[in-house]
Amino acid sequence: MSDRIFGGIGLVLAIFFGIQATMIEVAFMSDAVGPSVFPIIVATIMGLASIYFLVKPDPAPDWPQAGRLAEIGFAVLVLFAYAQLLPVLGFVVATMFAAGYLAWRLGSKPVEAVLVGIGTSVGIYVVFRLILGLSLARGPLGF
Amino acid sequence: MELLSSLGDGFLVALTFQNIGLALLGCLLGTIMGALPGLGPSNGVAILIPLAFTLGLDATPALILLTSVYYGAMYGGRISSILLNIPGDEPAMMTCLDGYPMARKGQAGEALALSGIASFVGAFFATWGLVFLAPQLVKVALLFGPAEYFALFVLAFATLGGISSTNQAKAAFAAALGLGLAMIGVDTQTGVPRFTFGEVHLYDGIDFLVAIVGLFALSEVFIFLEHRGTDKDSSTGPKVQIGRIIPPWSMVRSCIPTMARTSVLGFIAGVLPGAGASLGSFISYSMEKRLVDRENTFGTGDPRGVAAPETGNNAAAGGALVPMLALGVPGSGTTAVLLAVLLALNITPGPLLFTNNPDVVWGLIAALFIGNVMLLVLNIPMIGLFTRVLMVPPRILMPIVAMISFVGIYGISGSTFDLVVMILFGIGGWVLRKLDVPLVPIILGTLLGNEMEVNLRRAVTIADGDYSVLFGSPLTIGLWSIAIIGFIMPMVAGKMLKRRMQLAKKTGEDTDLVD
Repeated sequence: MSDRIFGGIGLVLAIFFGIQATMIEVAFMSDAVGPSVFPIIVATIMGLASIYFLVKPDPAPDWPQAGRLAEIGFAVLVLFAYAQLLPVLGFVVATMFAAGYLAWRLGSKPVEAVLVGIGTSVGIYVVFRLILGLSLARGPLGF
Repeated sequence: MELLSSLGDGFLVALTFQNIGLALLGCLLGTIMGALPGLGPSNGVAILIPLAFTLGLDATPALILLTSVYYGAMYGGRISSILLNIPGDEPAMMTCLDGYPMARKGQAGEALALSGIASFVGAFFATWGLVFLAPQLVKVALLFGPAEYFALFVLAFATLGGISSTNQAKAAFAAALGLGLAMIGVDTQTGVPRFTFGEVHLYDGIDFLVAIVGLFALSEVFIFLEHRGTDKDSSTGPKVQIGRIIPPWSMVRSCIPTMARTSVLGFIAGVLPGAGASLGSFISYSMEKRLVDRENTFGTGDPRGVAAPETGNNAAAGGALVPMLALGVPGSGTTAVLLAVLLALNITPGPLLFTNNPDVVWGLIAALFIGNVMLLVLNIPMIGLFTRVLMVPPRILMPIVAMISFVGIYGISGSTFDLVVMILFGIGGWVLRKLDVPLVPIILGTLLGNEMEVNLRRAVTIADGDYSVLFGSPLTIGLWSIAIIGFIMPMVAGKMLKRRMQLAKKTGEDTDLVD
C-alpha cells in the first residue's frame, strides 16, 4: 500500500513537473533543443516509474507507531525552529537547546541531555569559531 | 616513465606540512566515522564538505582531506564489525562473518591487525591501479564528444542503481527526482528561470551540498530517533577483550594468496560503474570461500575470511576513484559525494582534469599513498584509541552530527532558507529510505543533471536538431548497449545477489547507505 501511495504522489509530481516544463517561456534566442525538452524527458521517466509502483508495489515497510512518527515530527519542528531562531538567539544559545532536545529524545537522561547540549554547542563554537575561524550565527550577546 | 614523474610531482604537492596534517586529520576522522555505526563514508564525507569549503581550503588540500576521510572510513568500518558484530558501514558487513567469531575466540586484536594489513594491501594495490588505469581511460575519454558524454551519463544512471538496488523502477525514480531537482533555477543556456515559482532563493538552483547533507546526514538522525530503545538500537553490545595486537607471521602468510587475489577482484569491482565497495567485499569473500575453504572454517573465525572482504572493499574503494577522476562519472555513493567536492570547488572532473589540473590529480594520488601508510600505522598500534571511541552512544553522537551538519551548511551561505531546505531533504531522505528508494541516484542527478542536459543540447544543436546523433557513432552505440544491459541485468542477477547478501548479513539493517 505504501508503494501505491508513493506511486500516486510520484505520478502527480511527474505530471506537475511535465506541465510546468511545457510552460517555460522560450527566450528570444534559443538553441535547437530549448529549455523544455530535457525536463519533459525527466518527467516521463518519473511518471513511468511511478506507474510501475502503482501496478507492482513492493511489500510495505515497517512504519513506526504513531508515537514514533510524532517523535520524528517534533524533532523536525524543533529543527525548523532552530533554523529560524539561529540568527535571532545566536549560535551558542540556539544550538544548546536543539542539541539538548535531540539528546533527550534519543534517550539521554535530562541531566545528561543538558550536558550534551552545552557540550556540543560550546565544543563546536570553540573548534569552529575560535580555532578555525568559521562564521557562525551571532546573536544579541555576540556569540 | 612519464607516469612516474607525474607521480613524483604529485608527491611534491602532497608533502607540505599543511597537506600532511590534513591527510592525518582526515585519516583519523575517517577511521572514527567508519567505526561508528550510523556514520559511514558517504555521510562522513558529506558532513565535512561544507566545512572544507567554508574553511577556504584550496582544491588540492580539500580533496586530500576528504579522500583521506574516504579511505579512513573504509579502514574503520571493520572495527565495530569485529568487536561488536555490527558493521560500521555497509562494506564492512562481510567482515562480521569471520571477524566476530575470531573476537569471540579471544583473537580480536589479531583480527583487527590482520584486517588492517589486508586493508592496506587492498588500498595500496588499488592506488597503483588508479595510477596506471586512469590515464588510459582519459585517452579514451578524450575521444568523447557531447553525444558520447550524454550516453555516458545515461550509462552512469542506468548502472548506479544497479546491483545494490532491489527495484530498478525505484532507482530510475530516484535518478529522475535528482535530475528534476537539478533543473530548478535559471537555465544556463537561455537564461530563462525554470521551476522557480517566483522564489528568488531558487534562481541559482538548489545547492547540491544542501541536498547531500540533508539526505545523508540528517536522515540518519531521524532513523535513530525512530529506532531508539528497540532491538534495532545498536548502542547495546557485548564487550570484547582485544587481546594481542600483533598477529603471528604464519597467520599473515596464510592470507597472502587471498589478499593478492582479492586486491585484483576488488579493484575491478570498484572500477565498474554502480558496484562499489560493498560488492567488492562481497564477491571477494564469496570467491575465497569457494576457492580455499576446504575444511569449512569460513564463518567460524578463519583469518582468511577476515582478510578477503577487507582487502576487497579497500581495493574497490580505490578502484571507484578511477571513473570519478578520469570520466567525471562516479562509480559509487561516496565517490558521488567526492564529485560534489570537485564541483563545489569549480573543478570540472573528467579527462581535462588530467591536463588542466595535473597538480590536483597527482597531488591527490600521492596523498592517497601517504594516507594509506598513515592509516596502517594508526590502525595497528593505536587501535585501542578507536575502540574506545566506539563506546560513544548514539544518543550523544547523533546530536553532534546534526549540529555539525547545520554549522557546515550555514557556514556556506549564512541563509536560513538553505537550512530549511536541508531539513526538508532530511525528512524526505528518511521517507525514501523507508520505501527502499536509493539515495545515491538522487545525489548523482542533482550533481550531473545540468552537465547532462548541456551535452544533450550541444550534441543536438551541432547536428542541426537531429536527435539521431545521440546514437550516431560506434562509441555511443557501445555506451547505450552497456547502459541497457546494466539496467536490465540486475533485474535478473541482482535479486539473487541481494538475497544472498541479505542472508549473509544477519545484523545491521540500518547501515543501508551505499558505500
